[in-house]
Amino acid sequence: MNALIEQFFNLEVMAQAFPFLLKGLGVTILLTLLLTPLGLALGLALALGSSARHRGLRRAVRIWVNGFRGLPPLVLIIIVYSALPFLGLRTPPLMAVVIALWLNSSAYYCEILRAGLGSVPAGQMEAARATGLGRAQALRDVVLPQAVRNVLPDLASNTIELVKGTSLASIIGVSELLHMASNARSVVYNASPITLAALMYLAFLLPSVRLTGWLERRRRGA
Amino acid sequence: MRPILDIQALYKSFGDAEVLKNINLKVGEGEMVFLIGPSGSGKSTLLRCCNRLEEPTSGAIWMDNTNLLAGDTDINRMRQRIGMVFQGFNLYPHMTAEQNVMLALRRVQGKSEAEAREIARRELDRMGLAERFGHYPSQLSGGQQQRVAIARSLALGPRVMLMDEPTSALDPELVGGVLEAMREMKAAGMTMLVVSHEMRFAREAADRVAFMQAGEIVEYGTPAELLAREGGRARAFLGGEH
Amino acid sequence: MDLSRLIEVYFNAGVAWTYLPDLLHGAWVTVSLSVLVIAAGLVLGLAMALLRLVLPRWGVEVMRLWVDCLRAVPPLAVILLLYFGLPSVGLSISAFWVIWITLTLILSAFAEEIFWAGLEAIPAGQWEAARSTGMTQRQTLADVVLPQAFKICVPQLTNRTIGITKNTALGTAIGMPELLNEAQTALSFSGNATPLIMAAIGYLIIFLPLMALAGYLERSMSWGKTA
Ligand SMILES: Nc1ncnc2c1ncn2[C@@H]1O[C@H](COP(=O)(O)OP(=O)(O)OP(=O)(O)O)[C@@H](O)[C@H]1O
Ligand SMILES: [Mg+2]
Repeated sequence: MNALIEQFFNLEVMAQAFPFLLKGLGVTILLTLLLTPLGLALGLALALGSSARHRGLRRAVRIWVNGFRGLPPLVLIIIVYSALPFLGLRTPPLMAVVIALWLNSSAYYCEILRAGLGSVPAGQMEAARATGLGRAQALRDVVLPQAVRNVLPDLASNTIELVKGTSLASIIGVSELLHMASNARSVVYNASPITLAALMYLAFLLPSVRLTGWLERRRRGA
Repeated sequence: MRPILDIQALYKSFGDAEVLKNINLKVGEGEMVFLIGPSGSGKSTLLRCCNRLEEPTSGAIWMDNTNLLAGDTDINRMRQRIGMVFQGFNLYPHMTAEQNVMLALRRVQGKSEAEAREIARRELDRMGLAERFGHYPSQLSGGQQQRVAIARSLALGPRVMLMDEPTSALDPELVGGVLEAMREMKAAGMTMLVVSHEMRFAREAADRVAFMQAGEIVEYGTPAELLAREGGRARAFLGGEH
Repeated sequence: MDLSRLIEVYFNAGVAWTYLPDLLHGAWVTVSLSVLVIAAGLVLGLAMALLRLVLPRWGVEVMRLWVDCLRAVPPLAVILLLYFGLPSVGLSISAFWVIWITLTLILSAFAEEIFWAGLEAIPAGQWEAARSTGMTQRQTLADVVLPQAFKICVPQLTNRTIGITKNTALGTAIGMPELLNEAQTALSFSGNATPLIMAAIGYLIIFLPLMALAGYLERSMSWGKTA
């Protein structure tokens, strides 16, 4: 038992590692703040693309989205990081992660927003158009707000997955939270920094998971 | 007449709220007894106590020399002899009409597939659903669904049927078919305890009517007796056209 | 940059042929690990959801905390914690089983949540109808409630299962020779990106049919309603 505490909950080690982990947390937060809007924007564009009138465009979008949903995000990261340089495109680790996770998360956001758009009755668009709104206006002011509300729990849950996904950046050496913890571990030969990192993830994500659960129950109740 | 169901000094509380108070009621063999009364008076609760979907607080319910409420009573065995029909049908949506009826025959009574199917078809046929064996509930009208639910209960060979507002979820034009089925059940000698707002049907078909108010049976008698009682509340109720 | 160079670097037949056996071996590890995770995770998740039916209130709260933590923590953090921490307390577990334990626990947490929502969504009248015909609680669960709950669960459950199973690729972080790891090794030996492209195609071959199966399952359980 003592060995267990010594190895996983060594407060001294945790205190030592804390400043480094805090720096890592900053990078994790930065990645999140960057990727969430990027992912949502591309996801929305793809969602609109998958209901476009042009059949070829629709097809292309479906293939794109399913392709990126079918690949593990880590595989994408490794491809962008170590396969692109063969073309002479050097991608620094941080950029490789942003590109890969952007492609990955936008594919999931797309599926969610597509379901959301599908859940709004066609009559809403027609009613808005009948009052003289343009297609884009009707979409922005009438359809999209309802669509987003209907899939809010799924968007929240996917954003949590995105935050968790940023931890994959540690594998190619981006100095985000888990990477800092992993480094600290290899220096002190003690797993406590990783425990601390896990706790820091939990500090942010556990309330988010609870919030998502609440949104989900509220949607079911409605 | 020998009572099939004999409810004695039954009490039921939900927390602090006493919903049934000293209920005493005998239902004789082949009788059709109606429970009527204002909303919230405890009709459904009383019915649900009779097969222990609700656990009474105290009292006794005798059926065939067994006290349903005794600790050592095998309630699952007794429930086969107590059919129940619900306001909302409660058919199993993932099973066809025939499968709905067959399930308890197979699982509870251990009948063979072939035997269960034969019984199911016979009962559905009696309910006028010969063409509907393979239909899912979502493919049936409300009236047809309720008749499947009745067949599901009858198939187990119950001694008494408990029916909680069997027609009140139905469109008006579908009510007749279900009442007709109830009439036929009575003609065949089935004992029934029915909660219903079909007062015209109660006047015509009920042997006895129990009028409940605030958890008690305050009036009891044949429809004619209750209708003749000056100043009784049941009279206004039973005389109504709803 | 010209086409022949592109083909030379990313679609090199010679390299592909050389490393195919290694990659096939990696794919085999990925598939078998995935199957083990899916089987154990779903069974455990269902068992937990059923346990929740009979657990006292405080027990439910403890289970919810456990489940929500597993949903909130990045899988890689758990993997590193177990892989590097456990040996120091005298428990040596191979990389394969570290991944299996981690992903099984995480999948079971998501599955529990989804199964529970499915069970809760079944109206009380279904229980009552079955119980009123003399069926036991267990029979009611098996024949009436679970089949309906499963139908509700399928879309979310399949999506989550596929999403979590893809994390088998994290094995590469602790040197487990699954598909991605084999591809990375091959890449560094050959100095050519072809193995990585092959791995990507391999993952698509594994997961796209699963995604299609999920869609099919969803459509095939309509019980008389035209879906
Ligand atoms: N599960 C429960 N928990 C708490 N109170 C309940 C419960 N079920 C019923 N009650 C209360 O018990 C009382 C009797 O309810 P019951 O459903 O038996 O009335 P009812 O006569 O069938 O009414 P209605 O005609 O509206 O169906 C009501 O005040 C109701 O609020
Ligand atoms: Mg009632």
